Amino acid sequence: MTTTVERVQSTRDIESTLTGFGTLLRFALRRERIRIPVWIAALTLLTLGTVAGFPDLYPTAESRQSRASLMDSPAATAMSGPGFGLDDYTFGAMLANEMIGFLAIFVALMSVLMVSRHTRHEEEQGRAELIRAGIVGRHASLTATLAVTMLTNVLLAVVLTVVIAGLGIETITWGGTALFAASLAMVGVVFAAASAVSAQVFEHGRAASGMAGALIGIAYALRAAGDMGNPALSWLSPIGWAQRTKSYVDGTALPLLLGLVVAGALVAVAFSLSTRRDVGAGLRQSQPGAAGASDALSTPLGFALRLHRGAVIGWTSAMFLFGAMYGSLASEVETFVEDNPAMQEFVQRMGSASFTQSWLASIMSMLAMVCSVFGVLAIVRMRTEETSGRAEPVLSTALTRPKWVTGHLAVALGGGAVVMLSAGLGLGLSAMASTGDSALLSDLLGAALAYIPAVWLATGLALTLFGLLPGAVHAAWVVLGYGLFIGMLGPLLQLPGWLTNLSPFSHVPQLPAVDVEFTPLVLLTAVAAGLVMLGFGALRQRDLESV
Amino acid sequence: MDGTTPAIAVSGLHKSFGRTHALDGLDLTVTRGEIHGFLGPNGSGKTTTIRVLLGLLKADSGTARLLGGDPWTDVASLHRRLAYVPGDVNLWPNLSGGEVIDLLGRLRGGLDTRRRDDLVDRFDLDPRKKGRTYSKGNRQKVAIIAALASNVDLLLLDEPTAGLDPLMEATFRRTIEEERKEGRTVLLSSHILAEVEALCDRVSIIRNGKTVETGTLAELRHLTRTSITAELAGPADGIAALANVHDLKVEGSKVRFDVETAALDDALRHLTSVGVRSLVSQPPTLEELFLRHYTEETARANGKATTS
Repeated sequence: MTTTVERVQSTRDIESTLTGFGTLLRFALRRERIRIPVWIAALTLLTLGTVAGFPDLYPTAESRQSRASLMDSPAATAMSGPGFGLDDYTFGAMLANEMIGFLAIFVALMSVLMVSRHTRHEEEQGRAELIRAGIVGRHASLTATLAVTMLTNVLLAVVLTVVIAGLGIETITWGGTALFAASLAMVGVVFAAASAVSAQVFEHGRAASGMAGALIGIAYALRAAGDMGNPALSWLSPIGWAQRTKSYVDGTALPLLLGLVVAGALVAVAFSLSTRRDVGAGLRQSQPGAAGASDALSTPLGFALRLHRGAVIGWTSAMFLFGAMYGSLASEVETFVEDNPAMQEFVQRMGSASFTQSWLASIMSMLAMVCSVFGVLAIVRMRTEETSGRAEPVLSTALTRPKWVTGHLAVALGGGAVVMLSAGLGLGLSAMASTGDSALLSDLLGAALAYIPAVWLATGLALTLFGLLPGAVHAAWVVLGYGLFIGMLGPLLQLPGWLTNLSPFSHVPQLPAVDVEFTPLVLLTAVAAGLVMLGFGALRQRDLESV
Repeated sequence: MDGTTPAIAVSGLHKSFGRTHALDGLDLTVTRGEIHGFLGPNGSGKTTTIRVLLGLLKADSGTARLLGGDPWTDVASLHRRLAYVPGDVNLWPNLSGGEVIDLLGRLRGGLDTRRRDDLVDRFDLDPRKKGRTYSKGNRQKVAIIAALASNVDLLLLDEPTAGLDPLMEATFRRTIEEERKEGRTVLLSSHILAEVEALCDRVSIIRNGKTVETGTLAELRHLTRTSITAELAGPADGIAALANVHDLKVEGSKVRFDVETAALDDALRHLTSVGVRSLVSQPPTLEELFLRHYTEETARANGKATTS
C-alpha cells in the first residue's frame, strides 16, 4: 500500500514540474507566429543582400586585399571583429569578419526580447497567473519559453545556411556557412539563457529586459577590448566566441561547445532561482513607498520624470560605463598602428593623434545609435501607459493631452541628451586617462553634443508614429536598425550616397576627427522639431486607445 | 451657466471602432444633483459613453454636453469639475497608493487633504503599498478615494465597486449618499442591482449602443409584470382570455400567472368575481426587470430564427 503511494508520488514529482509543456510550447509558438518568421526573414535577407553584392563589389583578389587592409585598423577591429583571414581575404572571410558582430547583436536582441516577453512581462500583466492556475508544472512555462527561443535560433541557422550557401558564391561553402550560422544561433541561445536568469531576478519586465540588453552591450564591448588588446577579454564574450569559430578560415566548433555549456549553466541557475520566489515577485521584496505624493511628483514633468526615473538612471550609468570601456582602448590604437607596417605610412601622413581621434569618432557614432534607443523607448513607454489604461485616469484630470505628452517628451529629449553626454563623458574621461591627452575630454563632450540632434530625430519620429499610427510606434526601431546597418556595413557594401544619407547619423560631422559643421546639426534639429509637431498635432485629434 | 442645464446631455451619439458600432444613437440625460444609474449588459457601450464624456474618444456624430461644455474641446476646464473612477484600475508599479491619490487629485486642480485622510481611514487603505502589491479591491479603493477627495460637481463612476468586499461596498454607498447631500451629480455604471436600487434616483438602460429605457425605478417597475398565485373559490375560467396575462398555470382551484402591471387591476377584478381564498402577489424583482431588458434582444433574435 505505502509503496504504491510512494511510487505514484515520485513519478508525479518528475512529471509535475513539466506538465503542460507541450500545450504551452504550442501556445508560445502561436503567439510568436508573426515575429519568428519576420526576424528570420529580416536577418536572412540582410545577410543575403550583403553577400550577394560581394562578387560585383570585390571582383578581384586585389580589391579584396585592399578591403582587408582597411579592416586591419583599430576602428574596424573595434566595430566589427578580430580580422581572421585578412591575409587571404576571401568572400567567406569577409562575410565572417564583417558581419558576425552586427548580426550577433540582432540575434541576441531577438532572443532576449522573446524570453522576457514570455516570462517577466507575462507575470507583470497577471497573465502568468492564469496559466499557472491550470494543470501546469512549475518549470513548464520557462522550459517552453526557452524551447521556443532556441527553436527559433536553430531555424534561423538552418534557413541562413541554406540560403547563403545556396548562392554558390566562391569560398562561401556549405560547411563554412553552417558554422557561421551555428555561431550566430549559439549567441542567441546564450543570451536567451541569460535573459531567463535576468527575468527571475528583476520584478519588472522593463528592468529584466534592460539588464539583458545591457549584457549584449557589455559582450560587444568586451570583444572589442579583447580584439584590440588583451585577447583573454574576447573569451569572456559570447560574441567573441562566435567570431572565434573562424568560419570560412580555419573553422573550429569548439567555441560553440563553450557557448552551449555556459547556456546550460545559466538555464540551471534560472530554474533554481525560479523555485525560490513567488509568481509575480522578484528575488527582493518590494519596499513600502511614501504615504503621499511630494510636490515635485504632482506636476506633469515631475510625474513623467518619476515614471522614467529608473530608465534615466540606468541608461545614464550604463552609457557612461560603455563609453569608458571603449575610451580605455584609446591607447591601444597607437600600439595597434605601430604593429602594423601598412598603417604606419598612413600615420606618417596623418599623425597618430588624428588616428586616435578618427577611431574615437567612429566609436562615438556607434554610442550615439545606442543612446537613441533611450528616446524611442521613452515614447514607447507612453504608448504602454495608453494601452494599459494608466493614462486614462491621468487624462481625466485637468491635465490635457498636450501637457501630458510634453512631460514625457521633455524626459525623452532631455534624458536623451543627458544619456548622450554621459556616454561622451565616459569615453572622454577614460580616453584622457588612457592616452594622457587631456584635450580629448572636451573634444569628446563636444562630439557627444553634436550627436544630440540625431538622437532627438529618432525620438521625434517615434512621437510622430505615436500620434499618427499608434499601433506602429515600434516602426521607429527601423531607423535605429538602419543607422546601425549603414554605420557598420555601409562602407563594405559601397552603398550610394543617398542610401547612406537616409540615416540621420550619417549627417553628423565625425567629431573629433573633423571640424564642426553647424548646418547639418541645425537641419537635423529642425527635422526633429517638425516630427515632434506632427506627432503633437495628430495626438490631439485621435482617440485614446485603452483596453 | 444656470442650474437648470443638465449635468450630462447626450443625444444621438454614434461611435464606431472599425466595423463595430459601439454607440448607435445613444441618448442620455442626467439632471443636476441626481444619482443616475447607467445600466446595460457587458459590451453595451457604457464605458465607451463615459470615455466620450471624458474627451478620451471623439464621437463620430451626435451631441454630447457635459456641465454645459463640450467634452472634446473644453477638456481642462471640465475636468477640474469632475472626477472619474475607471472600472479596471491599473496602477503604476513603482508608485504607492497614497502617491497616486495625491497625484490625481492635484492634477485635477487640488484635493482636500482632510477629506483624503478621512476616506483613507474609512476605506481602510494602506497608502504606502506600491501599485503591484494591491489586490483588485484595493486598487479600486485607490481610484475611489482619488475621485472623492476632490471637490467636484460631477462624478463619473464606471463600475466603481467591482472587487470591493460587502463592508467596503456599504462604505461606498454611505459615501455616495453624502455626495448626493452635497449636491453633486453622479453617473453610476453598475451591475450590482442592490447598489443601484439603494442609490439611484433615475436609471438609463442601454443595449447595443442604444438607450432602451430611462426613468425612475418605480416607472420601470410599472413597465413590467407582477406574478400572482391565488386559490379560488370557483373554477378559474376566463383568466386565459384576459389581456396581458402570461404563463398561466391552473391546478384545480389554484392559479399562477404573470400579469403586466398596467393590467393588474383587471386581473384582480376578475379573480375577486370568482372569489379569492388566498392571494400572493409578487412585485417584479429588479433582477427580473433587468434580465428582461438585457435579454430581450436575444429572445427576439431567437424568435426570428425559429419563425424564418
